[in-house]
Amino acid sequence: MKEQKNTTQQVLIAGFGGQGVLFLGKLIAHAGVLLGKNVTWLPSYGPEMRGGTANCAVILSDEPIGSPIVSEPDVLIAMNLPSLTAYQPRVCAGGEIIYDASLVHESPAREDVTVRALPATRLATEAGMDGLSNMILLGAFLSDCLHLTQEQLRQALEHTVPAHKAHLIEANLHAIAIGKHELALAGQNATVRTERPRRAG
Amino acid sequence: MSKTNKPHSMTETHTHYCPGCTHGIIHRLVGDAIDALGIEERTIGVAPVGCSVLAYNYFNLDMTVAAHGRAPAVATGLKRANPESIVFAYQGDGDLASIGMAEAVHAAARNENITIIFVNNAVYGMTGGQMAPTSLPGQLTQTSPNGRDVDLCGLPVKVCEMLSQLDGPAYIARVAANSPKNVIAAKRAIEKAFRNQVEGKGFSLVEVLSSCPTNWGKSPKDALKWMDSTMIPYYPLGVYKDTSRREIDS
Amino acid sequence: MQETILMKGNEALAEAAILAGCRHYFGYPITPQTEIGAYLSKRMPEVGGVFLQAESEIAAIHMVYGASCAGKRAMTSSSSPGISLKSEGLSYLAGSDLPALVVNVQRAGPGLGGIQPSQSDYMQATRGGGHGDFRNIVLAPASVQEMASLTQRGFDLADEYRMTAMILSDGTIGQMMEQVTLETPVPKLVEKPWALTGTGGKREKNIVTSLYLSPKELEEKNLTRFARYKLVEERETDYEAFCMEDAEICLIAYGISARVSRNAVSAARAKGIRAGMIRPITLWPFPSAALKQAAKTVKHFLSVEMSMGQMMTDIELAVRCTRPVTLVSHVGGVIPTPEEVLLAIERAAEEAAV
Repeated sequence: MKEQKNTTQQVLIAGFGGQGVLFLGKLIAHAGVLLGKNVTWLPSYGPEMRGGTANCAVILSDEPIGSPIVSEPDVLIAMNLPSLTAYQPRVCAGGEIIYDASLVHESPAREDVTVRALPATRLATEAGMDGLSNMILLGAFLSDCLHLTQEQLRQALEHTVPAHKAHLIEANLHAIAIGKHELALAGQNATVRTERPRRAG
Repeated sequence: MSKTNKPHSMTETHTHYCPGCTHGIIHRLVGDAIDALGIEERTIGVAPVGCSVLAYNYFNLDMTVAAHGRAPAVATGLKRANPESIVFAYQGDGDLASIGMAEAVHAAARNENITIIFVNNAVYGMTGGQMAPTSLPGQLTQTSPNGRDVDLCGLPVKVCEMLSQLDGPAYIARVAANSPKNVIAAKRAIEKAFRNQVEGKGFSLVEVLSSCPTNWGKSPKDALKWMDSTMIPYYPLGVYKDTSRREIDS
Repeated sequence: MQETILMKGNEALAEAAILAGCRHYFGYPITPQTEIGAYLSKRMPEVGGVFLQAESEIAAIHMVYGASCAGKRAMTSSSSPGISLKSEGLSYLAGSDLPALVVNVQRAGPGLGGIQPSQSDYMQATRGGGHGDFRNIVLAPASVQEMASLTQRGFDLADEYRMTAMILSDGTIGQMMEQVTLETPVPKLVEKPWALTGTGGKREKNIVTSLYLSPKELEEKNLTRFARYKLVEERETDYEAFCMEDAEICLIAYGISARVSRNAVSAARAKGIRAGMIRPITLWPFPSAALKQAAKTVKHFLSVEMSMGQMMTDIELAVRCTRPVTLVSHVGGVIPTPEEVLLAIERAAEEAAV
């Protein structure tokens, strides 16, 4: 509902199962808690544990949250083309779309939203951090949409990363930094950067 | 009511069983075993749905009645909630081998430390003599009026043979309550099934072949004879599994 | 421990059960409540409790029956198809006057249905859900916080009234994460002199049974039980009133539907429509008195539910059909949107103005 938009941020994250969609959402949710906001996190659930589609809805608000369902997101983080295609029409005017330009080779059609295209998968691979493209996209989200201190970010990660993977926190922080840096390189203005499909060979 | 020489763990109440029914004898053997082991004060019984649904009237023990076939699950809950207690389920053939097969098999597979007394009289007694999973081929019942047709309804379930194939259970034995000699063997087996639980050995089931003159359409005497001539050959007596024996052997 | 943490509804419920002193869980996997079993399989051994994955939902509830016979706080959890299987056990628990906590994280039916959230087990839950005359106390959490707090209340109520308390949740509330403060309550532990603990040679034997072959005796048992149910209705009915002071349009909704309705009521208020909501926290007993009272000033009721008017029946009974009641529903796993609920409010407001 529009009335709540001032104090409420609705985020939709979507991609393939296994890309860390739910984890990315959890991290944003934990960050919201650290900022003293009310938070809901709602995953899609079903038989598609790996490889299918996955999405999750996160709401951060200064008000009590009613429905945890996000139908008109302020921010869409799309990690593959089907997700961008499916959800971009729903993004609020004036909202933001962040997507992985390594996997999505079509620019969003919307002109009334900020678009951030990061070649997240390629950047992750180049940095030797396969599988952390979600954190690179998070870097963009944190730059534009949710401001956390480095200490808060570390705390949010500590809350989200399971104990047996605690050694990966530094890598996550590094990936987030890459995302922020990439966005800074692109300048302060909203940009649309699409990559041309690379031909094999 | 005159004072009888009943076991301490049993009440003086007269049972409601038909003349010639061997439930009474089997109750008595259970009571004897509980007395012999001195476990009356911590023993809890689970009655089934079937002729022995009122078993709680005859034992001087804390008891409950399970839904049809669910006695092994109820016994599991009781035992897990209070491992110090001694828990037994008393079940008939319809209860254990038909509607409650899953509960019996899985309690055995878990080697749940409980004791099951499985009374097999090859017929549904309480409801008036319908075909049971253990009714013999050709056996006349209310729902197999021309005799159990194995082409139509398959062959009987041999519970001891089946359960003894599982790695889980500690003790599986079949006995009969039709002769003094067999009753003495039954007494030994039932006591062992309780002792196993006291010693923490695990799941013990004793199948007791039992008579049902009323629903078999036989006199009590002929019923006992039929057990010898027809039932026992189909359901051979003996110990089908005994993990403690294996311990002794090795 | 008063820390506010982020937790899934299913996990908050599981941890709250442990904090409420439950040490016996028996269950069988089914989506969307599997986190409850998975969580307790780790936690129960840590607190010296019992987690046992049963061979079926039927076996699980009869294991609960056994543990409850022994006087222990015991629970099981499942989702709609599994609750149908447990209906036998629900009836036996009621007939034997045994306390138990049963959780239904509802999914869409009938049959295998789907795995998305639903509220279509309303009748099954509030009317007992098995054969015979009986009731369960049905608690309907609308947040992760309530998944925890109502679980703890459920154990206390079950013990106090010797009956089943059912948590009637749904896939959304079970799967979502939200802030929760886990309280360590002082469980209202009641004496259970009826429990099967062995006579210890110190008392007469106890018998727990639902079998009464004498009609007179069985009638007496039923009447005594219903006298107890009456007490539950008088003392334990609970609901939340939202924007009801001057409400002309009143939404009735529970669980996830109440969350959606809350947005719609706020939006309607912003448009100057006097909308409000009564959110039942107990579905049985249903807050009929509150609705009857509201009917004095409310012009139109909306039953917002993810079922085909199952709850609407209770609303109509409560207001004795003195006011129109409109069904706003989706089924099959579809969740109503705040926008369409708002639309229904606007329509009702127009009708009321005519």
